[in-house]
Amino acid sequence: MPRFGILLDVTLLRSRLTAGLAATLALGFVASGRSLAPQSPSTGQGAATSGQSAVENPTQANIPLSQPRMGLNIVVLDPAHGGTDMGARGTEGIRESEVILEFSSRLKQALEAQGFQVLTTRDGNDNPSFDDRSARANAQRGAIFITLHIASTGLPGTAHTYVMPEFPPAANTTGLISWDRAQAPFVGLSHKLGDLVQQELARRFKGSPATATVAPVRQLRTTAAPAIAVEISSVVVPQRAELDRMVPGVADAIAHGVVAFRPSYILPIVAGGGTQP
Amino acid sequence: MNARWRLWLGGALLVAVIGAALYFPALRRQVNVAKQLTEKTTEQARRELLPPAPVSSGDPKVRVKMFWGSKSEEGPLTPVTVELALSSDPALRAKQVLNTLLAGPVDPEARTLPADAALLAFYLLPDGTGVADFSEALATSIPSGIQSEQMAVDSITRTLEANVPQVQRLKILIHGQEMDTLAGHLDLTQTFLVNTSGLGTQPAKPSAASILTTPIHKAVETMKSVTKR
Repeated sequence: MPRFGILLDVTLLRSRLTAGLAATLALGFVASGRSLAPQSPSTGQGAATSGQSAVENPTQANIPLSQPRMGLNIVVLDPAHGGTDMGARGTEGIRESEVILEFSSRLKQALEAQGFQVLTTRDGNDNPSFDDRSARANAQRGAIFITLHIASTGLPGTAHTYVMPEFPPAANTTGLISWDRAQAPFVGLSHKLGDLVQQELARRFKGSPATATVAPVRQLRTTAAPAIAVEISSVVVPQRAELDRMVPGVADAIAHGVVAFRPSYILPIVAGGGTQP
Repeated sequence: MNARWRLWLGGALLVAVIGAALYFPALRRQVNVAKQLTEKTTEQARRELLPPAPVSSGDPKVRVKMFWGSKSEEGPLTPVTVELALSSDPALRAKQVLNTLLAGPVDPEARTLPADAALLAFYLLPDGTGVADFSEALATSIPSGIQSEQMAVDSITRTLEANVPQVQRLKILIHGQEMDTLAGHLDLTQTFLVNTSGLGTQPAKPSAASILTTPIHKAVETMKSVTKR
């Protein structure tokens, strides 16, 4: 399924992608079954010295989206759960899968106001697989991925950002990145994004931690882009209105965090001279 | 067919529909009850196959640290010292401390694992990988969310780290199976770091929920060659 999804998305996005990159992605997936196109193993700040990286200038935020730009210009939002998977359920009938769509919708508006193109993994009551959600981001160039959750525990009125831990080195003779380790080259960038978003959330929601928390979140592992999970506490509030009141603050905080991250978004080097994502 | 027969036929159909409407919900309840009984029986059978962790009265009582939930600002988990008669065998010792962790603290709100969850088996591989096989309740009864799932895993790994130094990393199985996630969020396909001593790689930020990528098929292959304790 992920292979098919990626190929479809690449076709749809051909206007934005170079033909070479599209072919590389497609061939990468077909050849390996569940692999991504080759990338450099490291994407930290050190990549800036390569001379092949593009750093987004924050003053370019008003450039029309129709003009292709290097760097971060797409945000993939992932409202978690959906369909038969309702996620966390509160005593007052609050369902995570429903409420999180409101957070996603408001965040989409906030990000679009900052000049980002926003894609979502679901807009209705369906439940794409982990891999299908990741594939939505993996097919993009210059994207980040944010999965949104509501907890069933934790101090109500707080928000936590999660990032993947570092992956240990793995022997790889194929030159392709394993689908199961797709996040590995992006962990450094994800930590940076996570910390910036969490700082904004901590300013608005007292009791939230100051920095992102490291946790092996399944959804993030197969995502080949800077990726974070944001979880809001919680569905156990006595009234849904308490969660609804958090919507604007969460959207504003994440949007500001993403804008602050924009200059840090450095394209990893692809073997063969190109850049990815 | 005259009007009288049509009336009789209509009446019979109406009675059948009403009877079915009354009977089907009861039938559904019976099926659900039977299903639950079957599931319990399967799990019970598995538990019966596995020998219980022997508690020897000869084992010395030692002070052990159990990591349960906390509302303090120091973190979501706090160590609680309890006295337990612990085996010197690391696999048995791990079983004993995890069973105590599952039994829960005095304050039920500080519980980190579901009350109905059980440890079905614990194996310790020669490379220091512990394999803990929990009952399905660990996955189905845990509150949904990254925070709650991470706290559950952290309480397990930190308790093992404090009391069974031989366990360096942990693989969690649910009812003998490798699962994609614990309850929809936390990745269970990899092993969790327990004890950093003696390991070549360290996580960027020390966390019990950090990953080490020991492939489980290797662990299982090794496990087959190890006598179950």
